[in-house]
Amino acid sequence: MADRPITIREALSAALREEMQRDERVFIMGEEVGVWGGTYAVTRGFLDEFGAKRVRDTPIAEMVIAGSAVGAAMAGLRPVAELMTINFAFLALDAIVNHMAKVRYMFNGQFTVPMVIRTTTGGGKQLGATHSHAPEVLFAHFPGMYVAVPGTAYDAKGMLKASIRDDNPVLFVEHSTMLQRRSPVPDDPDFVLPIGKSDIKREGDDVTIVTFGKGLEWSMAAAEQLEKDGIEAEIVDLRWLRPLDLEPVFESFKKTNRCVVVEESLPMFSVGAEVAAQLQNEMFDYMDAPVKRVAAMDNPLPYSREIELMALPDAQKIVAAVKEVV
Amino acid sequence: MATDVQIAHQIDDTGVDLDAKLLLELYWQMVRARRTDERTWVLHRQGKIAFHISGIGHEGIQIGAAYAMRRGYDYAQLYYRDLAFAMAMGYTPHDFMLSIFGKAGEPTSGARQMPSHFSSRALGMLSSSSPVATQVPQAAGAALACKLRGEDRVTVVTLGEGSTSEGDFYEGLNWAGVHKLPLVCIVQNNIYAISVPVHLQMAVPNVADRAPMFGIAGAIVDGNDVLASYRVMSEAIQRAREGGGATLVEAKTYRPVPHSSDDDDRTYRTRDEVETWKQRDPILRFQAYLRERGLLDDEAIDEIEQRVRQEVDEAQAAAEAAPYPPAEDALYPLFKPLDETD
Ligand SMILES: Cc1ncc(C[n+]2csc(CCOP(=O)(O)OP(=O)(O)O)c2C)c(N)n1
Ligand SMILES: [Mg+2]
Repeated sequence: MADRPITIREALSAALREEMQRDERVFIMGEEVGVWGGTYAVTRGFLDEFGAKRVRDTPIAEMVIAGSAVGAAMAGLRPVAELMTINFAFLALDAIVNHMAKVRYMFNGQFTVPMVIRTTTGGGKQLGATHSHAPEVLFAHFPGMYVAVPGTAYDAKGMLKASIRDDNPVLFVEHSTMLQRRSPVPDDPDFVLPIGKSDIKREGDDVTIVTFGKGLEWSMAAAEQLEKDGIEAEIVDLRWLRPLDLEPVFESFKKTNRCVVVEESLPMFSVGAEVAAQLQNEMFDYMDAPVKRVAAMDNPLPYSREIELMALPDAQKIVAAVKEVV
Repeated sequence: MATDVQIAHQIDDTGVDLDAKLLLELYWQMVRARRTDERTWVLHRQGKIAFHISGIGHEGIQIGAAYAMRRGYDYAQLYYRDLAFAMAMGYTPHDFMLSIFGKAGEPTSGARQMPSHFSSRALGMLSSSSPVATQVPQAAGAALACKLRGEDRVTVVTLGEGSTSEGDFYEGLNWAGVHKLPLVCIVQNNIYAISVPVHLQMAVPNVADRAPMFGIAGAIVDGNDVLASYRVMSEAIQRAREGGGATLVEAKTYRPVPHSSDDDDRTYRTRDEVETWKQRDPILRFQAYLRERGLLDDEAIDEIEQRVRQEVDEAQAAAEAAPYPPAEDALYPLFKPLDETD
């Protein structure tokens, strides 16, 4: 079957629909997922198609959404729970961190927790400090759950299907400003991507840019600008923060000897810190320059348009960081 | 939809003893908030601002509540629909316009926080967060501080009925019950949380039915009746001030506009329903009441409208002309420097 260009939103819808058709145990619950069809319209039409039994509007209670998904998963269903935005995941942290991620380990593998929490991340929409977090890395800190951070429609579909089919819990993080991005995606209902595999999104010999999610977009734009200056950037899209696959980064680094890590989250204790640490452990002999990090400013995100944009990464900041190392 | 209080067309002024001047002031406050809010919708439609979340329709309970407080002394911890409430506390159309345009000098946050997150130390408005219901435990904490310091200051906290599904609501009110805290929690029940109707939030007919489980008083009021709201809030505040503990006040109301500028309410409710509720508009009801008593006529109404329009026009013009915050404002120190005094 041919690949069709569709949006990330459509890719997510297609993945959910196909997996719900494939497996009766899969069901959706969250705020506004039913009548309203999801805050970002990903589940539009699902209530009519699958009925209220499998598409459930919940009260505004994130702890119930995440906690009852853990319970339902232990009891044999495969919930796809939706947290309207990752900002509200802070109200459900105990269910996610202490239970979703640990039940299998703590109880000697008696229970698996085959659940997915879908949520949206990211700033840049003038929604203020408590509404604009991009804290995916915080969840990747904890062993026991996978963290998916797709940046294209192709990846979104293949990764969500993989997440739903897998028996382990997944926090699936979509970027709220990227849902309209389009790319070719297979129609094949058995198109599934492997869990925990990074992907080279652009080839180049001069510098390795490691990124994910929104960072992919900024990095691709930066690479175009760099190309005009004769600098070829190789872009590694991590796609998953856990399992973290740095093999392609190491391979790339062997030829570029330089690395810039790009992420939307805060700079301290970040993906950049992890990648830099692993690079200097594994690739010390290949290192020609310090690993650079491009991230948000180490501050809560402000509301006013100009200062908000200033506090976030962008292509320009990536170009500047690359030019420091090449 | 089960509601114990039938929203009426009349105003119930039983036991309300406000003079003509104050009654007209309440009316002016409601109109002023409404027109500021309506202007903000227009600015959003013109593409001049990013987002608006509106308080239209909720002015009755908000103005009634604010005037029942000792403003400037009591604390209020408000939620995003409380534009009228905040304005009655001393927030101005000019402040709000600076906020929606994200301009320098915006008084509640220096344009760092979203609009409609009303917060002002000078006006006794504690902080607002975007995650809903998080204000309830904080307000209980403020009430605890007042109690511990031996002050008779009361804390009023507000939220929507959907937000009462959050654990924060239960944890905060339980704490207030255990320690008889001087807290009044107002739930503005507009029967929807975005698209989700109240019967999918809770299995009891009234939010206030839950008061006994916290060991606190509960009251239900027609939130589109500013005077009934004033009376019920006055009683609750007096109880709190005199050591009688917390009250959960449920104000029945309606939001005749979409949830926010991102919402399309035609997907989840009928136009008939919206039209029915527009007949019960808190401003129109109060206006009819004031007319009947000879306190308001066409001329006086026009005069108020013109005065308000001028204030809103001037506020908008000033905010549009104001500069954006300087870049270094993004870096405002998170921590209080050692050498800074209050
Ligand atoms: C913790 C949290 N979850 C979800 C949201 C998204 N959200 C914002 S307003 C809202 C509906 C609130 O409804 P209600 O409490 O009834 O207040 P209303 O808006 O109707 O006044 C939701 C779900 C949020 N802001 N915070
Ligand atoms: Mg509501």
